[in-house]
Amino acid sequence: MKRVVVLGGGVGGTIVANVLAKKAKGAEVTLVDKTGKHVYQPGFVYVAFDKMRPEKIVKDERKLLRRRVELRIDEAVRVDPKAKAVHLKSGAVLPYDYLVIATGSRLSPEEFPGIEGAHHFYSPEAALRLRAALAKFPGGRIVITVGGIPYKCPPAPAESACLLDYYFARRKMRDKVEIHFLSPLGRVFPIESVNPAVTKIFEDKGIKYTTFFNAERIDPQNKIVHSLEGEAVPYDLLILIPPHHGATFARDSGLTDAGGWIPTDKYTLEVKGHEGSIWAIGDTTDIPISKAGATAHYEAKVVAENVASLVRGEPPTARYDGKVMCFCDAGHHRGIALRFDYEHPPVPPPLGRKWYIGKMVLNKLYWYIVPKARA
Amino acid sequence: MAAEEVKVTRVVDARGSVCPGPLMALIGAVREQKVGDVIAVYSGDTGSRTDIPLWIKKAGHEMIGVRDRTGYAEFVVRKTR
Repeated sequence: MKRVVVLGGGVGGTIVANVLAKKAKGAEVTLVDKTGKHVYQPGFVYVAFDKMRPEKIVKDERKLLRRRVELRIDEAVRVDPKAKAVHLKSGAVLPYDYLVIATGSRLSPEEFPGIEGAHHFYSPEAALRLRAALAKFPGGRIVITVGGIPYKCPPAPAESACLLDYYFARRKMRDKVEIHFLSPLGRVFPIESVNPAVTKIFEDKGIKYTTFFNAERIDPQNKIVHSLEGEAVPYDLLILIPPHHGATFARDSGLTDAGGWIPTDKYTLEVKGHEGSIWAIGDTTDIPISKAGATAHYEAKVVAENVASLVRGEPPTARYDGKVMCFCDAGHHRGIALRFDYEHPPVPPPLGRKWYIGKMVLNKLYWYIVPKARA
Repeated sequence: MAAEEVKVTRVVDARGSVCPGPLMALIGAVREQKVGDVIAVYSGDTGSRTDIPLWIKKAGHEMIGVRDRTGYAEFVVRKTR
């Protein structure tokens, strides 16, 4: 019996474990997750804008896993690739034949000077704090930016600017709120082909923007955010996405690059130097592509297919072509859909009601279709 | 100094990247490397030819040069502050 260990119970790890439980009958599949809770992260922004309750975006991982998957609520502290074993925080050691690392990224607010002066919505707790601050916001300037690159879900900051516009329009106080978006790039949206459409949305909604603003520090006393490029912008309420890093155990195991991400083949998703035994998916890789659930979703299927082939004693043939598909909510019941891969950037999307509906449907049906790889 | 003569400290291969893009990969590397280090970014994205020099100018770093390769360009940048 081959032993497959999956680290991380997010969207990627859960799909890998479930597909293997179905397709690799000759494997024992163990998934290690430190909380045993599965979080639907696209829901964070809706918690902040009072459209979803936090309990709706968290479920027990056990309920999302097939029965054949063993769930260990524990945390990897070190991988020993020579011995093919994972050392866990509890002291247990899990031997493996095949290892899949899907531990995502972690927020590192502590490394951003002055971050106590900022809000964000990248955890249920932070989203609730932002919800409370917005609820009592009397009016003034709200500044949105990011504290480092890369960060999860590249469209999320621009999406939150649009949702702020909608939020204050609903509360009949849009005229009292200035929304100022500070983009780290030379355009407002990370994907060039989509940028003109998003810039037009910003201009139509009266969202002010500054480009090439890479936030470096916050001065919470004077309420000013400073950039790497030498600019300073005052705010009344600041939303700054904290810096992101990969999991510490991967760094401690010597598996990461200088930025803390795992060097990974972008087609086979094998960890470089450990081909045939370790794979990495989702945020944790160094692949220059969106760190997003949609990426992990499509990568997970490729890795599961290939590991299932190896378990059956067959050569793996699946390749990841960079496919990502996601919906972005532009507020006022309108949205856009983005579909792309390594070779094909997204075509400029028309703003439409159907993509907003697509996002709302995904928010509801995620639990039934995505973790069990039904989509 | 010509781009061919400098010793590259770190290579960032961002070919095939459409999102978040070669510039984001470069900015991430600039944050992580030390002042004086030389970073080479490989990009097949035509937008990089505008984006990268514009950002380097605004951020006050040094663009050592751009090398044309088959199917992509290599941008060589020194972190100066």
